[in-house]
Amino acid sequence: MAFDTIERTAKKLVLTVQDYSWFAYRAFLNLFRPPIYWPEFLVQADIIGVGSLSIVVLAGLSTGGVLALQSAATLAAFGATEVTGRFVSLTMIRELGPVLTGVMVSGRNASSMASELGSMVVTEQIDAMRALGVDPMRKLVTPRIFSCIVMLFFLTIVADACGIAGGGLVTVFMNHQNGTQYFAMAYEHLRYPDILQGLVKPLFFGYIIASIGCFYGMRTSGGTEGVGRSTIQAVVSSSVIIIFVDFFITQVMLTLFPAP
Amino acid sequence: MSSKSNSVSSAPGPAPATAAGPVVAFRGVSVGFGGPPVLEDITFSVAPGETRVLLGPAGVGKSVLLKLTNGLLRPDEGSIQLFGKEISRMPEQWLFALRSRAGMVFQEGALFDSLTVRDNVGYQLIQEGVPDETIDRRVRKALRFVELEETFALYPAALSGGMRRRVAIARALIHKPELLLYDSPTGGLDPVTSTTIIDLIVKERDVYHAPSLLVTHRLQDAFTLCTHRFDAEKGHMVPLPKGETDPNTTFLMLEEGRLIFDGTLHGLLHTENKFVREFLE
Repeated sequence: MAFDTIERTAKKLVLTVQDYSWFAYRAFLNLFRPPIYWPEFLVQADIIGVGSLSIVVLAGLSTGGVLALQSAATLAAFGATEVTGRFVSLTMIRELGPVLTGVMVSGRNASSMASELGSMVVTEQIDAMRALGVDPMRKLVTPRIFSCIVMLFFLTIVADACGIAGGGLVTVFMNHQNGTQYFAMAYEHLRYPDILQGLVKPLFFGYIIASIGCFYGMRTSGGTEGVGRSTIQAVVSSSVIIIFVDFFITQVMLTLFPAP
Repeated sequence: MSSKSNSVSSAPGPAPATAAGPVVAFRGVSVGFGGPPVLEDITFSVAPGETRVLLGPAGVGKSVLLKLTNGLLRPDEGSIQLFGKEISRMPEQWLFALRSRAGMVFQEGALFDSLTVRDNVGYQLIQEGVPDETIDRRVRKALRFVELEETFALYPAALSGGMRRRVAIARALIHKPELLLYDSPTGGLDPVTSTTIIDLIVKERDVYHAPSLLVTHRLQDAFTLCTHRFDAEKGHMVPLPKGETDPNTTFLMLEEGRLIFDGTLHGLLHTENKFVREFLE
């Protein structure tokens, strides 16, 4: 009995991975093939980018501030409080900026994509679109993926900048250290591979968020309850996969650009 | 019209013109979605100018059959021809062009709730990049046909159930379809609104003469379609003289996924099939 349940769950998981792979492959190809629905791209860019700006700014400021607070005490024990800026900027740019932004945007937008498309599926709007001769993959999925990749890239830069600024504020006003020294350390020890690593990650994360949100939305079944289920699955899966993929990208980037 | 094995009743009545070949042709179609068959060995066709009414109780596979017709679902076995093209194995990308030649009215209307009535009805035209003035003109004309021109700027949420179905009919008609598919267009509506919808379907049949496949479990609607014609002078449908029926409106009936009747109203009323008799009674 237990074995049957495990077998069923395993089969279901493999089938979901297979379906997602095929979905993600088609969605990826569509990014490079016309028609691209530019008006839909702009609408989604506004929803994902401008809509997420406030939470990304707040999260960035707070995280940078916390990093400065936590590190200052430890670094003081070694008499190295002057490297707070270097610590905050490297951590934000290489890791926390992209991952934090990815997880925040995932919580906000993967859920909205899954619920919006899921509602369209259960009310037959997707079928109606197909019946009218319009490809929902191109019309609904491709613009969301395209805008999520582009906007997450810029949102990550905003999060990085806010994180460093937040760290600076804490360093100057709470730790009572020199601000010029903080920003000089934050800037001088940055290498191009660090920035590259921080800017490559959001491209992958943006793709993961939108493709998983749309995937779960488009395979919704079971009415309004199914929409809720799809929303949860989209947020959980995209958040976990972001952290998982982050590990691999970091490993690859560190192999390609080892620390001096 | 094709006749199906011995289980299908043949009935007297004028046969519709088939010189141009059928618009839709099912041959031995079965579908099961990985479980027991929902539809089994379905064979029938829709000729140009013909209105076929698909009857059967709820859950018998009527909507599935309709979605197979324009390739929204794929059969496990058999062949389906739409406008003379085999679609059962056709790639999705190629199907879009074929589907756009057919109009479909969904059970609950399936209007896009984030778009206005104007954008819903003119959806296909907007996708084709037709100029705004032309879209407005054609949308108004389609809305006038369903007598809902005043809803032009409204959102679907502001419409009643019956109005949504009428807007859905306008959306299906705007592109001058070569085939119309109606999925329970009167389901869940009150009798007065149902009559308004059937009036529109009769009007479409007698004005545009587009072939259609209509799914319903309401016998009254099916019989009204067959026994009425659109009177252009009066602007609504009127009964045909007693004993006369529309020669191009014929019936199909499903029982547990199998086609058990394919014929005219006369054949339907006089069939010996026990299930059909029970359904009629």
